[in-house]
Amino acid sequence: MKKIISRIGLLLTLLLMVVSLSACSSAASQKNVLKDDKQTKTITWGVKADTKLFGLMDVRDNQIKGFEIDLAKAMTKQILGKDGKARFIQVTSQTRMPLLRNGNIDAIMATMTITPERAKQVDFSRSYFDAGQAILVKNGSPIKNVKDLNHKGAIVLGVVGSNSVQNIKKFAPKARVLQLSDYSQALTALKSGQGDALTTDNGILYGMSIENPGYSVVGGTFTKEPYGIAVDKGQGQMRDAMNNALTKVENSGQYNKLLYKWFHKVHGFDFKGAER
Amino acid sequence: MISIFQNYGGELLYGLGQTLLCSIIALVFALIIGSGFAILEVVPNKFFRVIARVYIEVFRNIPLLVITMFFYVVIPMYIVEISGFASGTIGLILYSSAFIAETVRSGIQSVDPGQMEGARANGLSFWQAMRYIVLPQAFRYVIPPLGNQFINLVKNSSVLAFVAGFDLMYQGNVIASDSLQSMSTYLCVGVLYLILTLPLSYYMRYLEKKLA
Repeated sequence: MKKIISRIGLLLTLLLMVVSLSACSSAASQKNVLKDDKQTKTITWGVKADTKLFGLMDVRDNQIKGFEIDLAKAMTKQILGKDGKARFIQVTSQTRMPLLRNGNIDAIMATMTITPERAKQVDFSRSYFDAGQAILVKNGSPIKNVKDLNHKGAIVLGVVGSNSVQNIKKFAPKARVLQLSDYSQALTALKSGQGDALTTDNGILYGMSIENPGYSVVGGTFTKEPYGIAVDKGQGQMRDAMNNALTKVENSGQYNKLLYKWFHKVHGFDFKGAER
Repeated sequence: MISIFQNYGGELLYGLGQTLLCSIIALVFALIIGSGFAILEVVPNKFFRVIARVYIEVFRNIPLLVITMFFYVVIPMYIVEISGFASGTIGLILYSSAFIAETVRSGIQSVDPGQMEGARANGLSFWQAMRYIVLPQAFRYVIPPLGNQFINLVKNSSVLAFVAGFDLMYQGNVIASDSLQSMSTYLCVGVLYLILTLPLSYYMRYLEKKLA
């Protein structure tokens, strides 16, 4: 009897620990990020480092390079002036929200689609890139568009935490969705035949098809996925500064230059639709 | 935390089931294979000893994730299609069996050599002596370290999350990104792992008391 009581006691203590831990989740974020950044002359951006064309780690010089990186640098200069510095921290779809809410990064520019659910947790700027979801398949695959995936036994690969895995369930409800930890792993899984198609935003898929000529994007886009810059809730000043900077970058023609720099090699990229 | 259980209870339970299934399969096979290699390590025949040594050193010294990714990515490309769940379970079996082999071998070697000699002198063959005299004593010695290995095995099954094996950790990742409440999601996942491992560790302790 005594033993049982001591065991129950142990379990209760563990439970208590868990509950008290979960109570202390909301803290921090009562500071003005824009003000702090102006003082330190640095904006810390959370960016992707595994996504060709948008943000990819260059192993030769250990620098992340891509459209988003260049855009973030241009916007930093607009917000902080000529001597403003942009610091980049590598994030994934899973880690970006927690990192932003902890204050480790000031803003997310990581191929993040603006959605109503996310807008409850963070504040979005207006869209800086209008992507859309598409599928990538092996050349010669019988799958020509997303409807061909809507049958039992079809396997679609996606990435945990990306919006596209939610969407594919609407467009191909009968297909099984496997969620892998990042894009390079999802592509590896596609190559080794673990799935029939890989789905995510077209911009990312174009990058993959450039690197892997045996695979192509088929069927066009079937959703609208506007990418936005996210700042923590309550940082309205920061968000307004972002919107202003984006407008300035667009009006000066810098935006179109960056777009051309990164996407001119992509076969079938719609410049007219994407230019600002 | 409670809202996570309410909204995603089905996913979490399914993940718990997959983790349990994978752990049980891996536990049974790892114990059999591990004990087999442990015995091979102590047989008089040098050839078998070398084979066992190579197997154990290879799988003990490669990270579990690497073994699993090998089965997930390389094997389907050249040999046969296997799912994420299967590749994760195979990886877990190979990896854990190497550790279990080392544990059981230490048990066999801690049995007084006089036991084996005595059994042989009484006319038992090597295998009979192993089966009836040495192994029963050896397993009694290694129950506590074996318990450790079993608990490690259950926790290591989280490797399935990397190969889309639909286990508890995988569901945790999916739910965390869906609900955007990473903290309470991973707390839930941790509690569910505790529910799997605590009874196991209590059972091993009970066995230890009963047998040793």
